[in-house]
Amino acid sequence: MDAEELAMDEVVDDGIEADISTTEAAENAQLAEQIVLRAADVDVYYGDHWAVRHCNMEVRRNEITAIIGPSGCGKSTMLRCYNRMNDLIASARVAGSIEYHGVDLYDRRVDPVEVRRRIGMVFQKPNPFPKTIWENVAFGPRVAGIAKSKSDLDDIVESSLKKAALWEEVKDRLKTSAMGMSGGQQQRLCIARAVAVDPDVLLMDEPCSSLDPIATTRIEELMQEIKAEYTIVIVTHNMQQAARVSDRTAFFTAAVDEEAGVRFGELIEFDRTEKIFSNPSDERTENYVTGRFG
Amino acid sequence: MAFTTLGDAGGVETEVRRRLAAGGIDVRGTVFRALLLLGLLLTLLIIVVLLLDVITDGSTVLTERLGDFLSGTLRSRSSDAKLGVHQGLRGSIWIGIFVTFLAFPIGIAAAIYLEEYATDTRLTRFIQLNIRNLAGVPSVVYGLLGLAIFVKLLGGTSSTGGLTGGRSLVSAGITLAVLVLPVVIITSAEAIRAVPDSLREGGYGVGATKWEVIRSHVLPYAAPGILTGTLLSLSRAIGEAAPLILVGAVTGRLGGDPGILDLGGLRDRFTAMPIVITDWVKKANGGSDDGGAGLDFASHAAAAIVVLMVLVLVLNSAAIVMRNRFEKKRG
Repeated sequence: MDAEELAMDEVVDDGIEADISTTEAAENAQLAEQIVLRAADVDVYYGDHWAVRHCNMEVRRNEITAIIGPSGCGKSTMLRCYNRMNDLIASARVAGSIEYHGVDLYDRRVDPVEVRRRIGMVFQKPNPFPKTIWENVAFGPRVAGIAKSKSDLDDIVESSLKKAALWEEVKDRLKTSAMGMSGGQQQRLCIARAVAVDPDVLLMDEPCSSLDPIATTRIEELMQEIKAEYTIVIVTHNMQQAARVSDRTAFFTAAVDEEAGVRFGELIEFDRTEKIFSNPSDERTENYVTGRFG
Repeated sequence: MAFTTLGDAGGVETEVRRRLAAGGIDVRGTVFRALLLLGLLLTLLIIVVLLLDVITDGSTVLTERLGDFLSGTLRSRSSDAKLGVHQGLRGSIWIGIFVTFLAFPIGIAAAIYLEEYATDTRLTRFIQLNIRNLAGVPSVVYGLLGLAIFVKLLGGTSSTGGLTGGRSLVSAGITLAVLVLPVVIITSAEAIRAVPDSLREGGYGVGATKWEVIRSHVLPYAAPGILTGTLLSLSRAIGEAAPLILVGAVTGRLGGDPGILDLGGLRDRFTAMPIVITDWVKKANGGSDDGGAGLDFASHAAAAIVVLMVLVLVLNSAAIVMRNRFEKKRG
């Protein structure tokens, strides 16, 4: 990785100021109020294929929740249920309920566009728009109607890029194409783009899988920094990453349906990260985290 | 790597050198490459010969009386000083205008609907299959369609002229717009399909609506492809002769010669460059030349071909320039 990116570690991020009142309120509130997302008995189907079965898990405010498991276990599928991204796949269907602050996201009256404005997403492969860096970040706030004037958008672009620890690297080339950035920079741009609409929750689908270790470290540090403001759910196939960054971990595995002869994803265990990695309740979790399987 | 660790450096080096050099000439690969090159050269040769032939035949007309030739009209004698392609040029340019303003918006809209909105049902697939088939229908058939619908049905009686005015530039323009519509839809749909889903997901992920994703991301990304396809079909429309004959393009003599972009007379009888060319070639071969002035219909036909090719080349270059600009923006 280039020296420029390494130097970034020294940059002080002034965009992050923990909202003290929010944190205190969360501490004092009931458990129910801490739960941002609650999946209850969720089943996901792709056409006739019952891909994820009976999933129950809660995501708490200002925590990082990691979803780990082997390939094909339904991690990403489950993550994409949280902001109705699966709606884009014609054959996908979700049963059970996913509540966001107590409101069922799959209720007929819920607009998926509004859901995605509050529950943002960062994808596996950095997917910046083939436009300028500025336009990448400004697109979300503009379509959301958060900011209309150029100067308002300028402010949002700056603060979002600062939150994503990218501002110092790109502030002199905001009008150049985002496609000319390195992979790690592109992924941080995608994070900036996601936080620009001021979401409540950030879903991250293996955000570091195509990045080198230094860029990965940057993203992980970033997650810790922005955790005070957001609730984060991260899918990762990297167990060390889950252990390093997350507060809670959900372990999914791919099971085989003997009758139908198909594989499906299943949530095995969901608990505090220390417990999952040091003293898991289920043998399958232990086998996976100790590297004996998967 | 492994060899160098063996110790006996000299022996290993000789051995490696011998093995690495043992390839010899790849006969099949060379033959294959030569065949490919032959295909390319043959194509180029045909084009160059055709171009040279046409340009030499038309050079006298183009050098001696280019101004008169471009401003002149259809005449029955090749020695007529007022013989020229002005009416044909006007017809072809208006056909291009009709195609641009009818076939492009309708075709691109249909493509966007098919790719972004239509659900993958049997009906959708049936429609897509039929659009592909329509693209393969011979152009004469579209001429018949134009004759039946735009000339007869919408042309009214000869006194009123109906909507299209019967055998008019309007009928011809609409007919050719319909002719290229399937190609416009297919190429645009393919360009839209080539837009990576990750781009759409990025847009939806920040809370954009379907319309915002299509307008801000899908269409700009697909623009170069859409543009290439649509402008190639425009060139095709301008080169078509067969449907125009059926719709009633005039050969021989045509009264009235409005300015190229003059709106008046769109519902009147017309001609177009391909028609002018076929007419003159026919006259040259049929011996109806008087040849007295030294310039026969054959050289005029060649000169008209050059004019038509320049028109098409200008359109294609415009397409390439625009596509490059879009692609640069896409980064």
